[in-house]
Amino acid sequence: MIEIKGIEKSFGDHQVLAGVDLTVGTGETMVILGRSGCGKSVLLKLVIGLLKPDSGQVLVGGEPVPYDRPGDLFRMRGKFGMLFQAAALFDSLTVGENVGLGLKENTSLNAGEISRRVKEKLLTVGLDGAEFLKPAELSGGMKKRVGLARALAMDPEYILYDEPTTGLDPVMGGVINELIRDLQHKFRATSIAVTHDIHSAFRIGDRIALLHEGRIVHVGTVAETKATRNPVVEEFIEGQSG
Amino acid sequence: MVNVTHSRRALGNTLEELGRPVLSFFEDLGGAFTLIGRVLRASPGLFRTIDLTVEQMFKIGVESLPLVVVTALFTGGVAAVQAAYQFQDYVPMRYLGTVIGKSVVIELAPVLTALVVGGRVGASIAAELGTMKVTEQIDALETLAIDPVRYLVLPRFVAACIMLPVITIFADILAIGGGWAVARGSLGVDTHTFTEGLRLFFYVRDIFSGLIKALFFGMIISTMGCYYGFQAEGGAEGVGRATTRAVVSSCLSILVLDYLLASVLFRLIWT
Ligand SMILES: Nc1ncnc2c1ncn2[C@@H]1O[C@H](COP(=O)(O)OP(=O)(O)O)[C@@H](O)[C@H]1O
Ligand SMILES: [Mg+2]
Repeated sequence: MIEIKGIEKSFGDHQVLAGVDLTVGTGETMVILGRSGCGKSVLLKLVIGLLKPDSGQVLVGGEPVPYDRPGDLFRMRGKFGMLFQAAALFDSLTVGENVGLGLKENTSLNAGEISRRVKEKLLTVGLDGAEFLKPAELSGGMKKRVGLARALAMDPEYILYDEPTTGLDPVMGGVINELIRDLQHKFRATSIAVTHDIHSAFRIGDRIALLHEGRIVHVGTVAETKATRNPVVEEFIEGQSG
Repeated sequence: MVNVTHSRRALGNTLEELGRPVLSFFEDLGGAFTLIGRVLRASPGLFRTIDLTVEQMFKIGVESLPLVVVTALFTGGVAAVQAAYQFQDYVPMRYLGTVIGKSVVIELAPVLTALVVGGRVGASIAAELGTMKVTEQIDALETLAIDPVRYLVLPRFVAACIMLPVITIFADILAIGGGWAVARGSLGVDTHTFTEGLRLFFYVRDIFSGLIKALFFGMIISTMGCYYGFQAEGGAEGVGRATTRAVVSSCLSILVLDYLLASVLFRLIWT
């Protein structure tokens, strides 16, 4: 379970998050919708401790995120996988080394075992045989899939997705949505996905939250979200379905 | 009246404009020192990062070599010509080797090597880490529970601290060789006279001082490159800015530190 409680965050005098409260149940996929620039990436970075909130706290499995204790923070991150908006693959490493880096640095597995797991994760995302390519040789959709495989490498309890379909054509976006849906069914990781793409949100989310002007203004299942009379949500949905 | 306040305000503005870069330089210096502290704390992880360190040593060596060869040969040559000119007829040419040897190992080879390597290697470190920063690769490392200081900074820091003295030894030899070539070829000083001069007043501590300087310069170059790389923000433009700052700051710091080290070594320790 991930509980976000009263999170506030400003950069200089620009307040991005003004008290965000949200609970994501165990095994659930929560999608946070919001316009670009509304603070979605900032919120994810606060959850995984890349940024520190000005006030409020995040509880992961009941434990507060230890922002000021680097050692504990690294230990907590071992339970997380994160997919970045532009995949953020290490461009000096091959695809296989990207996927296996966390295992190599954080576990005592030998090279053979790591390579077996890397192959398995690449197969999961439909990229078997791509181990020896460099990130520069991949298309946008392939990069996202490698990013996914890397996020899955340590069998995380929690997965964070930052705009999984942004920058992809609709077909590739659909492929990624299905892939994420499958992974959620298979691994049941507690997940938060942020996006401004409502089609993706409806496809991958168990529940949907809307982040607007620094606060969560709506939370509900996909059906509830489609049916809601909340004007901000309606406006957001109409803005994209037309 | 109006004029006085006006010019006073103008003066205030000028002071502020002058002050800002100075302030930010000290801020950056503080940040760089903090980074060195974090590197030292991460140093127990060095044995896990040995392969990356060796890779960086190789890279620094290869990137620097061509520049260092040219710089060292010509520096030695110029030192010979200038020394001969200043000797005129008052100082015998048998001291030519002495002067060249001392100025090369104490000052010219360490400082010029550091400036050249600082430009080349410092820039490439800042550009590489800066690109990683703006494309969220540094964040990605953190989410994989890998400390970027151990994984990225430590290998570059250790590699530069080892390689700068190594390259400096190489530059010492080449520069003295360049001096000898010019002395023989165009100043009419024969090899025997030149090497006798080199041996005269030869102190191992002179070479040692140069290498200590080189070690510190290696620290500066890698730390500045990593620090400004980590500071990069906002795409390709930010990476460019970080690269320039890394080079400018490390060159300035090298010159200032050269003076400080010279004062400590030659006025406090070797006296
Ligand atoms: N490190 C930072 N420093 C200053 N401002 C930032 C930083 N990160 C994000 N911001 C600002 O916070 C706001 C939200 O950014 P972000 O979370 O990236 O938006 P998005 O919802 O598109 O992911 C933006 O106005 C951005 O400029
Ligand atoms: Mg974003």
